[in-house]
Amino acid sequence: MQWEVGSALNIASILVVVIVFAAMLIWVERRLLGFWQDRLGPNRVGPFGLLQVVADMIKIFTKEDWIPPFADRFGFVLAPTIIMIVILLSFSVVPFAPGVGIVDSNIGVLFVLAMASLGAYSVMLGGLSSDNKYALLGSLRAAAQMVSYEVFMGISLLGVVALTGSFDLREIVLAQEGGWFVVPQFIGFVIFLIAGVAESHRLPFDIPEAEQEICAGYHTEYSGMKFGMFFVGEYLGLVLISSLITVLFFGGWQGPLLPPLAWFFIKASCFIAFFILLRAAIPRPRYDQLMSYGWLFLLPLSLLNLLITGVVILSAN
Amino acid sequence: MSDPIVRPHSKSWLAKFGELVKDTLTSQVVTLWRVFRHLFVATDTVQYPEQQPHMFSRWRGRIILTRDPDGEERCVACNLCAVACPVDCIALQKTEDEEGRWYPEFFRINFSRCIMCGFCEEACPTNAIQLTPDFEMAEYKRQDMVWEKADLLIAGTGKYHETNFYRVAGKSIGGKDKGEARNELPPVDVRSLLP
Repeated sequence: MQWEVGSALNIASILVVVIVFAAMLIWVERRLLGFWQDRLGPNRVGPFGLLQVVADMIKIFTKEDWIPPFADRFGFVLAPTIIMIVILLSFSVVPFAPGVGIVDSNIGVLFVLAMASLGAYSVMLGGLSSDNKYALLGSLRAAAQMVSYEVFMGISLLGVVALTGSFDLREIVLAQEGGWFVVPQFIGFVIFLIAGVAESHRLPFDIPEAEQEICAGYHTEYSGMKFGMFFVGEYLGLVLISSLITVLFFGGWQGPLLPPLAWFFIKASCFIAFFILLRAAIPRPRYDQLMSYGWLFLLPLSLLNLLITGVVILSAN
Repeated sequence: MSDPIVRPHSKSWLAKFGELVKDTLTSQVVTLWRVFRHLFVATDTVQYPEQQPHMFSRWRGRIILTRDPDGEERCVACNLCAVACPVDCIALQKTEDEEGRWYPEFFRINFSRCIMCGFCEEACPTNAIQLTPDFEMAEYKRQDMVWEKADLLIAGTGKYHETNFYRVAGKSIGGKDKGEARNELPPVDVRSLLP
């Protein structure tokens, strides 16, 4: 079997590595949060607590998978699968290294954005079909937040696309051989980072699931492996956003000495750690603050960024 | 996020923008940096079973019954501890030996009820019942949480070494008559008061 983009071996290994990595993040996050709060975090199960994930998985698989009698069964079962499927599909266009990837689509960026939009359905359906007031409030918030942050998530990427002249993520990486896009597109990078956090609804933008306000938001009624899928889906989203930042702004697999995959891993891990640091440090904004911050500050800023990028490119030509 | 408070003097848009940047960007970055530095701070965690926590001597833990410096039981079965106990976890019965000493026939503490409040220690007139810094009292069976006098009684004096009730009190017991206690005058001979 050949080791090239789209081969069966390639697809299988990417699928397994991504899911295992996302599951391991549960442990990584708990330990890092622990250190940042002057604690140790889980360090009992196995060396350094590495087998904590296995213990969690055994627990969550053997838990009762309960569907509330008042819930809409179809939507309730469908919702957690959507987020997993959608995010795993997004990974298909991510170029991990030369020869490692599933598809080199010439609409890669658009595909990722489309899948991110579909991810909103998972959260909305989950909250709606639960027939629970907290879940409904959570999905209301999720719908508003994700729809509004998607707008400038796309716009912030257009600068990169304009500089490359292609929607193909692999070509975007290759175009950064001379220098990472984070330098000319710094504002775009910051906006994409913020929108990415909001899109994967992690702290500080975990307003749809805010435990202190609305229980667990849209997954209040979920238990067992259905909850586990939401949970792992969130970490998959984290890995996806980190990979995308690496690909779009930090030159993907490019780097000296080390093999390309190692560079990709190092860069993506740095962003994952940064997202966890965000969770440890930044408090959650109020709901209306989030919305006005998005529409009144980030959207005009991303439009301005796009405008200036366009002017520079045109005048350079 | 800009401040919702309306100020008397409206500021220029530049000052407003500066405030916005300060509130949304600068303070967040400073926060991130301060939290990140905690990665290099020693953790506060005490890894309990391997590493014992430092217990202070005033900690209210496992209850003991102590003996006086002569090696006799201090408890005189006055029942004050049982009365003071807010959860009624102490049960005892008074009895008397041939010398006239009072002591508990049985003394039972139900530790599944005990809240370690220390009221019994405060109520005790003879410093017999004392709380210690030991906290490892978990059991598998609930019945094992009920401690009898044999389990509670220790060989020593506990926290208070001097207290010796019968050597101070005026009650006569075997080997010590009235007036022979420490700092006690002999009883007044009422007949000698005759004119």
